[in-house]
Amino acid sequence: MSDHDHEHDRDEHDHDAHNAPESGPALRVKALEAVLVEKGLVDPAALDAIVDTYEHKVGPRNGARVVARAWTDPAYKRRLLAGDAAAAIAELGYSPGPQGEHMVVLENTPRVHNMVVCTLCSCYPWSVLGLPPVWYKGNAYRSRAVSDPRGVLHDFGLELPADVEIRVWDSSAEIRYMVLPMRPPGTDNLSEEQLAALVTRDSMIGTAIVPPPGR
Amino acid sequence: MNGVHDLGGMHGFGPVVPEPNEPVFHADWERRTFALALATMGTRRVNVDEFRRVIERMPPAAYLATSYYEHWLHAIEALMVEKQIIGRDEIDARLRGDGGLPSELAPPVAAVADEADAALWSNPDTAAASRSSAVALRHNPKFKARFKPGERVIARNLNPEGHTRLPRYVRGHRGVIRHDRGTFVFPDTHARGAGANPQHCYAVEFSARELWGAEHPVRERVYVDLWEAYLLPDEVTAARAKPAPAAPLAGQKIVKTVVAKAPKPQLKKLQAKKSPSKKSRVARPAPIRTTLKRAPAAKSRISKKASKRR
Repeated sequence: MSDHDHEHDRDEHDHDAHNAPESGPALRVKALEAVLVEKGLVDPAALDAIVDTYEHKVGPRNGARVVARAWTDPAYKRRLLAGDAAAAIAELGYSPGPQGEHMVVLENTPRVHNMVVCTLCSCYPWSVLGLPPVWYKGNAYRSRAVSDPRGVLHDFGLELPADVEIRVWDSSAEIRYMVLPMRPPGTDNLSEEQLAALVTRDSMIGTAIVPPPGR
Repeated sequence: MNGVHDLGGMHGFGPVVPEPNEPVFHADWERRTFALALATMGTRRVNVDEFRRVIERMPPAAYLATSYYEHWLHAIEALMVEKQIIGRDEIDARLRGDGGLPSELAPPVAAVADEADAALWSNPDTAAASRSSAVALRHNPKFKARFKPGERVIARNLNPEGHTRLPRYVRGHRGVIRHDRGTFVFPDTHARGAGANPQHCYAVEFSARELWGAEHPVRERVYVDLWEAYLLPDEVTAARAKPAPAAPLAGQKIVKTVVAKAPKPQLKKLQAKKSPSKKSRVARPAPIRTTLKRAPAAKSRISKKASKRR
Protein backbone atom coordinates (compact mmCIF):
# COMPACT_ATOMS: atom_id res chain seq x y z
CA MET A 1 0.00 0.00 0.00
CA SER A 2 2.79 2.31 0.90
CA ASP A 3 4.50 2.48 -2.48
CA HIS A 4 1.23 2.56 -4.30
CA ASP A 5 0.06 5.40 -2.16
CA HIS A 6 3.22 7.38 -2.54
CA GLU A 7 3.03 7.31 -6.30
CA HIS A 8 -0.29 9.08 -6.32
CA ASP A 9 -0.39 12.57 -7.52
CA ARG A 10 -2.48 14.59 -5.15
CA ASP A 11 -5.13 15.23 -7.78
CA GLU A 12 -5.45 11.64 -8.95
CA HIS A 13 -6.64 9.84 -5.90
CA ASP A 14 -10.39 9.72 -6.16
CA HIS A 15 -10.53 5.95 -6.57
CA ASP A 16 -8.65 5.47 -3.31
CA ALA A 17 -11.07 4.39 -0.58
CA HIS A 18 -9.55 6.87 1.88
CA ASN A 19 -10.09 9.65 -0.59
CA ALA A 20 -13.49 8.86 -2.00
CA PRO A 21 -14.93 12.17 -3.26
CA GLU A 22 -17.82 12.03 -0.82
CA SER A 23 -15.53 11.42 2.17
CA GLY A 24 -15.61 14.42 4.47
CA PRO A 25 -11.99 15.17 5.28
CA ALA A 26 -10.72 14.90 1.69
CA LEU A 27 -13.20 17.53 0.55
CA ARG A 28 -12.80 19.70 3.62
CA VAL A 29 -9.03 19.89 3.42
CA LYS A 30 -9.27 20.83 -0.25
CA ALA A 31 -11.71 23.61 0.54
CA LEU A 32 -9.58 24.83 3.42
CA GLU A 33 -6.39 24.80 1.37
CA ALA A 34 -8.13 26.65 -1.44
CA VAL A 35 -9.28 29.44 0.86
CA LEU A 36 -5.91 29.76 2.59
CA VAL A 37 -4.06 29.83 -0.72
CA GLU A 38 -6.47 32.37 -2.14
CA LYS A 39 -5.73 34.66 0.77
CA GLY A 40 -2.00 34.23 0.29
CA LEU A 41 -1.62 32.59 3.70
CA VAL A 42 -0.05 29.38 2.48
CA ASP A 43 1.89 28.38 -0.60
CA PRO A 44 0.99 25.02 -2.18
CA ALA A 45 4.65 24.53 -3.10
CA ALA A 46 5.63 24.96 0.54
CA LEU A 47 3.00 22.38 1.48
CA ASP A 48 4.50 19.97 -1.05
CA ALA A 49 7.93 20.57 0.46
CA ILE A 50 6.64 19.85 3.96
CA VAL A 51 5.04 16.60 2.84
CA ASP A 52 8.16 15.56 0.96
CA THR A 53 10.36 16.23 3.99
CA TYR A 54 8.29 14.11 6.36
CA GLU A 55 7.52 11.40 3.86
CA HIS A 56 11.01 10.95 2.47
CA LYS A 57 13.70 12.76 4.44
CA VAL A 58 12.89 12.56 8.13
CA GLY A 59 12.25 9.15 9.64
CA PRO A 60 13.49 6.47 12.00
CA ARG A 61 16.64 5.93 9.93
CA ASN A 62 17.85 9.22 11.45
CA GLY A 63 17.39 7.88 14.96
CA ALA A 64 18.96 4.56 14.02
CA ARG A 65 22.13 6.36 12.97
CA VAL A 66 22.19 8.23 16.27
CA VAL A 67 21.85 4.91 18.12
CA ALA A 68 24.59 3.23 16.08
CA ARG A 69 26.94 6.15 16.70
CA ALA A 70 26.23 6.01 20.43
CA TRP A 71 26.96 2.26 20.43
CA THR A 72 30.31 2.75 18.75
CA ASP A 73 31.56 6.08 20.09
CA PRO A 74 31.60 6.39 23.90
CA ALA A 75 32.33 10.13 23.83
CA TYR A 76 29.35 10.68 21.53
CA LYS A 77 27.17 8.57 23.80
CA ARG A 78 28.16 10.75 26.76
CA ARG A 79 27.25 13.91 24.88
CA LEU A 80 23.96 12.35 23.81
CA LEU A 81 22.93 11.20 27.29
CA ALA A 82 24.42 13.81 29.57
CA GLY A 83 24.76 16.87 27.39
CA ASP A 84 22.41 18.64 24.99
CA ALA A 85 20.95 15.67 23.10
CA ALA A 86 19.56 17.92 20.35
CA ALA A 87 23.09 19.23 19.72
CA ALA A 88 24.54 15.70 19.69
CA ILE A 89 21.84 14.65 17.22
CA ALA A 90 22.60 17.70 15.09
CA GLU A 91 26.23 16.51 14.87
CA LEU A 92 24.98 13.81 12.51
CA GLY A 93 23.34 16.41 10.29
CA TYR A 94 19.80 16.21 11.66
CA SER A 95 18.76 19.75 12.41
CA PRO A 96 16.56 20.13 15.48
CA GLY A 97 13.41 21.04 13.56
CA PRO A 98 9.88 21.02 14.98
CA GLN A 99 9.39 18.45 17.74
CA GLY A 100 13.13 17.99 18.06
CA GLU A 101 14.24 21.19 19.72
CA HIS A 102 14.45 19.81 23.25
CA MET A 103 15.59 16.21 23.15
CA VAL A 104 16.33 13.79 25.95
CA VAL A 105 17.73 10.33 25.22
CA LEU A 106 16.97 7.54 27.68
CA GLU A 107 19.38 4.62 27.93
CA ASN A 108 18.02 1.10 28.28
CA THR A 109 20.15 -1.27 30.36
CA PRO A 110 19.77 -4.85 31.61
CA ARG A 111 18.11 -3.36 34.72
CA VAL A 112 16.05 -0.49 33.32
CA HIS A 113 13.72 -0.42 30.33
CA ASN A 114 12.41 2.97 29.20
CA MET A 115 9.37 3.52 27.01
CA VAL A 116 7.80 6.71 25.71
CA VAL A 117 4.18 7.80 25.32
CA CYS A 118 2.13 10.98 25.04
CA THR A 119 -1.15 10.40 26.86
CA LEU A 120 -2.60 13.84 26.07
CA CYS A 121 -1.97 13.97 22.32
CA SER A 122 0.83 12.30 20.39
CA CYS A 123 4.07 14.19 21.03
CA TYR A 124 6.91 12.41 19.31
CA PRO A 125 10.54 13.20 18.42
CA TRP A 126 10.01 14.00 14.73
CA SER A 127 13.60 14.98 14.03
CA VAL A 128 14.90 11.49 14.82
CA LEU A 129 11.88 9.20 14.30
CA GLY A 130 9.76 11.03 11.73
CA LEU A 131 6.00 11.09 12.21
CA PRO A 132 4.46 8.66 14.69
CA PRO A 133 2.76 5.41 13.65
CA VAL A 134 -0.99 5.11 14.04
CA TRP A 135 -0.72 2.89 17.13
CA TYR A 136 1.36 5.55 18.94
CA LYS A 137 -1.44 8.06 18.29
CA GLY A 138 -4.16 5.56 19.15
CA ASN A 139 -6.34 5.38 22.23
CA ALA A 140 -5.15 1.91 23.29
CA TYR A 141 -1.48 2.86 23.57
CA ARG A 142 -2.09 6.30 25.03
CA SER A 143 -4.43 4.97 27.73
CA ARG A 144 -2.51 1.86 28.78
CA ALA A 145 1.18 2.71 28.41
CA VAL A 146 1.22 4.52 31.76
CA SER A 147 -0.97 2.11 33.74
CA ASP A 148 -0.08 -1.26 32.19
CA PRO A 149 3.27 -0.98 30.41
CA ARG A 150 4.00 -4.70 30.66
CA GLY A 151 0.64 -5.47 29.10
CA VAL A 152 1.42 -3.08 26.26
CA LEU A 153 4.85 -4.67 25.77
CA HIS A 154 3.08 -8.03 25.65
CA ASP A 155 0.98 -6.68 22.75
CA PHE A 156 4.29 -6.09 20.97
CA GLY A 157 5.48 -9.60 21.80
CA LEU A 158 8.02 -8.38 24.33
CA GLU A 159 8.23 -10.01 27.76
CA LEU A 160 10.84 -8.51 30.08
CA PRO A 161 12.16 -10.25 33.20
CA ALA A 162 10.26 -9.25 36.35
CA ASP A 163 13.36 -7.68 37.90
CA VAL A 164 13.72 -5.17 35.07
CA GLU A 165 12.43 -1.76 36.15
CA ILE A 166 10.05 -0.18 33.67
CA ARG A 167 10.13 3.58 33.30
CA VAL A 168 7.39 5.17 31.25
CA TRP A 169 7.96 8.75 30.06
CA ASP A 170 4.81 10.74 29.31
CA SER A 171 5.81 13.52 26.90
CA SER A 172 3.41 15.99 28.47
CA ALA A 173 5.52 19.12 27.89
CA GLU A 174 8.23 20.29 25.46
CA ILE A 175 10.85 17.60 25.94
CA ARG A 176 10.84 14.92 23.27
CA TYR A 177 12.20 11.53 24.25
CA MET A 178 14.07 8.88 22.32
CA VAL A 179 15.17 5.56 23.77
CA LEU A 180 18.73 4.34 23.28
CA PRO A 181 18.13 0.59 23.07
CA MET A 182 20.66 -2.00 24.24
CA ARG A 183 23.17 -3.16 21.65
CA PRO A 184 22.36 -6.78 20.87
CA PRO A 185 24.95 -9.51 21.46
CA GLY A 186 26.95 -10.86 18.53
CA THR A 187 27.42 -7.45 16.91
CA ASP A 188 31.05 -6.75 17.84
CA ASN A 189 32.27 -7.00 14.28
CA LEU A 190 29.54 -4.94 12.67
CA SER A 191 30.20 -1.51 11.23
CA GLU A 192 28.26 1.54 12.33
CA GLU A 193 26.15 1.32 9.16
CA GLN A 194 25.41 -2.37 9.76
CA LEU A 195 24.43 -1.61 13.34
CA ALA A 196 22.13 1.22 12.23
CA ALA A 197 20.37 -1.22 9.91
CA LEU A 198 19.46 -3.39 12.91
CA VAL A 199 17.81 -0.59 14.87
CA THR A 200 14.03 -0.51 14.61
CA ARG A 201 11.68 2.41 15.18
CA ASP A 202 9.88 0.62 17.99
CA SER A 203 13.14 -0.03 19.84
CA MET A 204 13.65 3.75 19.97
CA ILE A 205 10.12 4.26 21.37
CA GLY A 206 10.76 1.49 23.88
CA THR A 207 8.12 -0.99 22.76
CA ALA A 208 10.74 -3.39 21.37
CA ILE A 209 14.35 -4.41 21.85
CA VAL A 210 16.88 -4.62 19.03
CA PRO A 211 17.14 -8.28 18.02
CA PRO A 212 20.54 -9.85 17.33
CA PRO A 213 21.49 -9.95 13.64
CA GLY A 214 19.82 -12.64 11.56
CA ARG A 215 16.69 -12.80 13.71
CA MET B 1 -10.02 20.69 30.54
CA ASN B 2 -11.17 17.28 31.70
CA GLY B 3 -11.52 16.09 28.13
CA VAL B 4 -11.59 12.72 26.51
CA HIS B 5 -8.13 13.42 25.06
CA ASP B 6 -6.70 12.90 28.57
CA LEU B 7 -6.48 9.15 28.11
CA GLY B 8 -3.84 8.03 30.61
CA GLY B 9 -5.15 5.13 32.70
CA MET B 10 -8.46 4.67 30.87
CA HIS B 11 -9.69 1.16 30.16
CA GLY B 12 -11.57 -0.42 27.31
CA PHE B 13 -9.59 0.50 24.21
CA GLY B 14 -8.33 -3.02 23.68
CA PRO B 15 -4.87 -4.18 22.68
CA VAL B 16 -2.31 -2.10 20.80
CA VAL B 17 -2.29 -3.32 17.21
CA PRO B 18 0.76 -2.20 15.23
CA GLU B 19 0.37 -2.06 11.46
CA PRO B 20 3.19 -3.84 9.60
CA ASN B 21 5.06 -1.70 7.07
CA GLU B 22 2.93 1.29 7.88
CA PRO B 23 3.15 4.20 5.42
CA VAL B 24 3.82 7.71 6.73
CA PHE B 25 0.40 8.85 5.49
CA HIS B 26 -2.62 6.68 4.67
CA ALA B 27 -4.34 9.10 2.33
CA ASP B 28 -3.58 12.23 0.41
CA TRP B 29 -5.87 14.37 2.55
CA GLU B 30 -3.70 13.40 5.53
CA ARG B 31 -0.64 14.78 3.71
CA ARG B 32 -2.38 18.07 2.97
CA THR B 33 -3.79 18.35 6.50
CA PHE B 34 -0.39 17.77 8.08
CA ALA B 35 1.28 20.28 5.81
CA LEU B 36 -1.46 22.89 6.30
CA ALA B 37 -1.10 22.58 10.07
CA LEU B 38 2.65 23.16 9.93
CA ALA B 39 2.32 25.97 7.43
CA THR B 40 -0.35 27.82 9.40
CA MET B 41 1.67 27.47 12.60
CA GLY B 42 4.68 28.68 10.64
CA THR B 43 2.87 31.94 9.93
CA ARG B 44 2.87 32.55 13.69
CA ARG B 45 -0.86 33.23 13.58
CA VAL B 46 -1.55 30.05 15.49
CA ASN B 47 0.44 28.45 18.29
CA VAL B 48 0.63 24.79 19.19
CA ASP B 49 -1.13 25.26 22.53
CA GLU B 50 -4.11 26.86 20.80
CA PHE B 51 -4.04 24.00 18.32
CA ARG B 52 -4.30 21.48 21.16
CA ARG B 53 -6.97 23.53 22.92
CA VAL B 54 -9.39 23.34 20.01
CA ILE B 55 -8.81 19.61 19.53
CA GLU B 56 -9.58 19.05 23.21
CA ARG B 57 -12.81 21.00 22.84
CA MET B 58 -14.17 18.55 20.28
CA PRO B 59 -17.25 16.76 21.65
CA PRO B 60 -15.93 13.56 23.28
CA ALA B 61 -17.96 11.25 21.02
CA ALA B 62 -16.69 13.05 17.92
CA TYR B 63 -13.10 12.94 19.17
CA LEU B 64 -13.24 9.18 19.64
CA ALA B 65 -15.01 8.58 16.34
CA THR B 66 -12.48 10.47 14.21
CA SER B 67 -8.86 9.89 13.30
CA TYR B 68 -5.75 11.79 14.31
CA TYR B 69 -5.56 13.88 11.15
CA GLU B 70 -9.29 14.59 11.31
CA HIS B 71 -8.55 16.16 14.70
CA TRP B 72 -5.87 18.24 13.03
CA LEU B 73 -8.17 19.29 10.22
CA HIS B 74 -10.79 20.33 12.74
CA ALA B 75 -8.16 22.32 14.63
CA ILE B 76 -6.97 24.29 11.60
CA GLU B 77 -10.54 25.09 10.51
CA ALA B 78 -11.65 26.03 14.01
CA LEU B 79 -8.65 28.29 14.69
CA MET B 80 -8.73 30.02 11.31
CA VAL B 81 -12.39 30.80 11.84
CA GLU B 82 -12.00 31.73 15.53
CA LYS B 83 -9.22 34.17 14.68
CA GLN B 84 -11.30 35.54 11.82
CA ILE B 85 -8.52 34.79 9.38
CA ILE B 86 -11.08 33.06 7.18
CA GLY B 87 -14.84 32.78 7.37
CA ARG B 88 -16.79 29.57 7.79
CA ASP B 89 -18.85 30.75 4.82
CA GLU B 90 -15.73 30.83 2.68
CA ILE B 91 -15.01 27.17 3.42
CA ASP B 92 -18.67 26.30 2.83
CA ALA B 93 -18.61 28.08 -0.52
CA ARG B 94 -15.67 25.96 -1.57
CA LEU B 95 -17.40 22.81 -0.37
CA ARG B 96 -20.38 23.69 -2.57
CA GLY B 97 -18.01 24.01 -5.48
CA ASP B 98 -18.09 27.81 -5.78
CA GLY B 99 -14.48 28.52 -6.62
CA GLY B 100 -11.48 26.79 -8.07
CA LEU B 101 -9.21 24.11 -6.74
CA PRO B 102 -5.88 25.15 -5.20
CA SER B 103 -3.96 24.55 -8.40
CA GLU B 104 -6.14 27.03 -10.29
CA LEU B 105 -5.58 29.88 -7.91
CA ALA B 106 -3.29 32.86 -8.07
CA PRO B 107 0.38 32.32 -7.21
CA PRO B 108 1.29 32.79 -3.55
CA VAL B 109 2.97 35.77 -1.98
CA ALA B 110 6.69 35.10 -1.72
CA ALA B 111 6.95 36.29 1.87
CA VAL B 112 4.33 33.82 2.94
CA ALA B 113 6.22 30.98 1.30
CA ASP B 114 9.22 31.98 3.40
CA GLU B 115 7.13 31.80 6.52
CA ALA B 116 5.83 28.37 5.67
CA ASP B 117 9.41 27.39 5.04
CA ALA B 118 10.25 28.60 8.50
CA ALA B 119 7.74 26.15 9.88
CA LEU B 120 9.99 23.43 8.61
CA TRP B 121 13.05 25.24 9.81
CA SER B 122 14.74 24.25 6.61
CA ASN B 123 15.93 27.83 6.30
CA PRO B 124 19.13 27.74 8.39
CA ASP B 125 18.86 31.36 9.55
CA THR B 126 15.28 31.04 10.74
CA ALA B 127 16.06 27.67 12.24
CA ALA B 128 18.96 29.06 14.22
CA ALA B 129 16.92 32.05 15.38
CA SER B 130 13.89 30.02 16.42
CA ARG B 131 15.86 27.36 18.19
CA SER B 132 18.17 29.76 19.92
CA SER B 133 15.24 31.79 21.26
CA ALA B 134 13.61 28.64 22.65
CA VAL B 135 16.92 27.48 24.10
CA ALA B 136 17.65 30.95 25.43
CA LEU B 137 14.33 30.99 27.28
CA ARG B 138 14.95 27.50 28.55
CA HIS B 139 18.25 28.51 30.13
CA ASN B 140 17.42 32.12 31.03
CA PRO B 141 18.69 32.62 34.61
CA LYS B 142 16.05 35.30 35.18
CA PHE B 143 13.53 32.55 35.83
CA LYS B 144 14.32 30.92 39.15
CA ALA B 145 13.46 27.31 39.85
CA ARG B 146 11.21 26.74 42.82
CA PHE B 147 12.14 23.07 43.09
CA LYS B 148 15.35 21.08 42.98
CA PRO B 149 15.91 17.49 41.82
CA GLY B 150 15.17 15.14 44.71
CA GLU B 151 12.45 17.33 46.21
CA ARG B 152 9.16 15.66 46.95
CA VAL B 153 6.15 17.31 45.36
CA ILE B 154 2.45 16.81 44.95
CA ALA B 155 0.68 17.39 41.65
CA ARG B 156 -2.08 19.90 42.32
CA ASN B 157 -5.67 18.87 41.94
CA LEU B 158 -6.52 21.38 39.23
CA ASN B 159 -9.51 21.03 36.94
CA PRO B 160 -9.38 24.05 34.64
CA GLU B 161 -11.99 24.30 31.91
CA GLY B 162 -9.32 25.52 29.54
CA HIS B 163 -6.24 23.85 28.13
CA THR B 164 -3.79 22.24 30.54
CA ARG B 165 -0.93 19.77 30.27
CA LEU B 166 -1.50 18.36 33.75
CA PRO B 167 -2.87 14.86 33.08
CA ARG B 168 -5.72 13.73 35.30
CA TYR B 169 -3.97 10.55 36.37
CA VAL B 170 -1.28 12.42 38.32
CA ARG B 171 -3.49 15.04 39.98
CA GLY B 172 -3.31 14.85 43.76
CA HIS B 173 -0.49 12.32 43.63
CA ARG B 174 2.92 12.50 45.23
CA GLY B 175 6.10 12.37 43.23
CA VAL B 176 9.74 13.36 43.24
CA ILE B 177 11.43 15.98 41.07
CA ARG B 178 14.00 14.10 39.00
CA HIS B 179 15.08 16.69 36.43
CA ASP B 180 14.69 20.43 36.04
CA ARG B 181 14.02 20.78 32.31
CA GLY B 182 14.48 24.56 32.31
CA THR B 183 12.03 27.36 31.53
CA PHE B 184 9.23 26.98 29.00
CA VAL B 185 6.15 28.88 27.89
CA PHE B 186 3.20 27.92 30.10
CA PRO B 187 0.57 26.24 27.90
CA ASP B 188 -2.45 26.95 30.11
CA THR B 189 -2.21 30.70 29.50
CA HIS B 190 -0.55 30.58 26.08
CA ALA B 191 -3.43 28.48 24.71
CA ARG B 192 -5.98 31.21 25.42
CA GLY B 193 -3.91 34.21 24.41
CA ALA B 194 -3.24 35.14 28.04
CA GLY B 195 0.53 35.33 27.78
CA ALA B 196 3.58 33.10 27.71
CA ASN B 197 4.01 33.09 31.50
CA PRO B 198 7.36 31.24 31.28
CA GLN B 199 8.27 28.99 34.18
CA HIS B 200 10.33 25.93 35.02
CA CYS B 201 9.15 22.52 33.99
CA TYR B 202 10.28 19.36 35.75
CA ALA B 203 10.37 15.64 35.08
CA VAL B 204 8.43 14.33 38.07
CA GLU B 205 8.73 10.67 38.99
CA PHE B 206 5.66 8.82 40.25
CA SER B 207 5.71 5.22 41.36
CA ALA B 208 3.16 2.99 39.65
CA ARG B 209 1.82 2.09 43.11
CA GLU B 210 1.26 5.74 43.94
CA LEU B 211 -0.71 6.24 40.74
CA TRP B 212 -2.48 2.93 40.30
CA GLY B 213 -2.58 1.23 43.66
CA ALA B 214 -0.79 -1.31 45.80
CA GLU B 215 -1.37 -4.17 43.39
CA HIS B 216 1.01 -2.63 40.89
CA PRO B 217 4.61 -3.80 40.48
CA VAL B 218 7.20 -2.02 42.58
CA ARG B 219 9.62 -1.83 39.68
CA GLU B 220 7.49 0.49 37.61
CA ARG B 221 7.65 4.25 37.45
CA VAL B 222 6.01 6.95 35.39
CA TYR B 223 7.72 10.26 34.57
CA VAL B 224 5.64 13.26 33.64
CA ASP B 225 6.97 16.69 32.65
CA LEU B 226 5.07 19.19 34.77
CA TRP B 227 5.19 22.98 34.88
CA GLU B 228 5.86 24.64 38.22
CA ALA B 229 2.30 25.94 38.60
CA TYR B 230 1.09 22.33 38.60
CA LEU B 231 3.17 21.44 41.65
CA LEU B 232 3.21 21.98 45.39
CA PRO B 233 5.87 20.93 47.88
CA ASP B 234 4.91 17.64 49.49
CA GLU B 235 5.55 19.06 53.00
CA VAL B 236 2.25 20.87 52.71
CA THR B 237 0.47 17.56 52.66
CA ALA B 238 2.65 16.23 55.45
CA ALA B 239 1.90 19.26 57.64
CA ARG B 240 -1.80 19.03 56.86
CA ALA B 241 -1.78 15.34 57.78
CA LYS B 242 -0.25 16.10 61.18
CA PRO B 243 -3.01 17.91 63.11
CA ALA B 244 -5.83 16.12 61.33
CA PRO B 245 -4.60 12.68 60.29
CA ALA B 246 -7.92 11.71 58.76
CA ALA B 247 -7.82 14.12 55.84
CA PRO B 248 -6.53 12.24 52.82
CA LEU B 249 -7.04 13.63 49.38
CA ALA B 250 -9.88 12.08 47.44
CA GLY B 251 -8.93 8.65 46.18
CA GLN B 252 -5.66 8.64 48.09
CA LYS B 253 -6.37 6.23 50.91
CA ILE B 254 -3.74 3.61 50.10
CA VAL B 255 -1.15 6.17 49.24
CA LYS B 256 -1.70 8.11 52.40
CA THR B 257 -0.95 5.19 54.66
CA VAL B 258 2.22 4.45 52.74
CA VAL B 259 3.54 7.98 52.80
CA ALA B 260 2.43 8.83 56.33
CA LYS B 261 4.80 6.19 57.71
CA ALA B 262 7.97 8.00 56.81
CA PRO B 263 7.42 11.64 57.74
CA LYS B 264 5.63 10.99 61.03
CA PRO B 265 8.68 10.71 63.29
CA GLN B 266 10.01 13.91 61.70
CA LEU B 267 6.97 16.00 62.32
CA LYS B 268 7.76 16.89 65.93
CA LYS B 269 11.19 18.13 64.98
CA LEU B 270 9.60 19.91 62.09
CA GLN B 271 7.35 21.80 64.46
CA ALA B 272 10.19 22.61 66.82
CA LYS B 273 12.26 24.10 64.03
CA LYS B 274 9.50 26.25 62.68
CA SER B 275 10.92 29.62 63.68
CA PRO B 276 14.49 29.11 62.43
CA SER B 277 13.05 28.01 59.13
CA LYS B 278 11.28 31.31 58.63
CA LYS B 279 14.23 32.92 56.97
CA SER B 280 14.54 30.34 54.25
CA ARG B 281 10.83 30.40 53.73
CA VAL B 282 10.94 34.09 53.00
CA ALA B 283 13.86 33.69 50.65
CA ARG B 284 11.95 31.35 48.38
CA PRO B 285 9.01 32.13 46.12
CA ALA B 286 5.72 31.93 47.96
CA PRO B 287 3.75 28.72 47.61
CA ILE B 288 0.83 28.98 45.27
CA ARG B 289 -2.34 29.98 47.11
CA THR B 290 -1.92 27.94 50.20
CA THR B 291 -2.37 29.13 53.73
CA LEU B 292 -0.43 26.21 55.11
CA LYS B 293 3.09 26.92 56.23
CA ARG B 294 6.02 25.21 54.67
CA ALA B 295 8.89 23.95 56.74
CA PRO B 296 11.95 23.72 54.50
CA ALA B 297 14.21 22.82 57.43
CA ALA B 298 12.67 19.40 57.70
CA LYS B 299 12.53 18.84 54.00
CA SER B 300 15.94 17.39 53.31
CA ARG B 301 15.58 14.87 56.09
CA ILE B 302 12.21 13.75 54.80
CA SER B 303 13.38 13.39 51.27
CA LYS B 304 16.51 11.54 52.37
CA LYS B 305 14.37 9.13 54.30
CA ALA B 306 11.96 8.88 51.43
CA SER B 307 14.64 8.13 48.89
CA LYS B 308 16.02 5.43 51.17
CA ARG B 309 12.66 3.76 51.03
CA ARG B 310 12.53 3.76 47.29
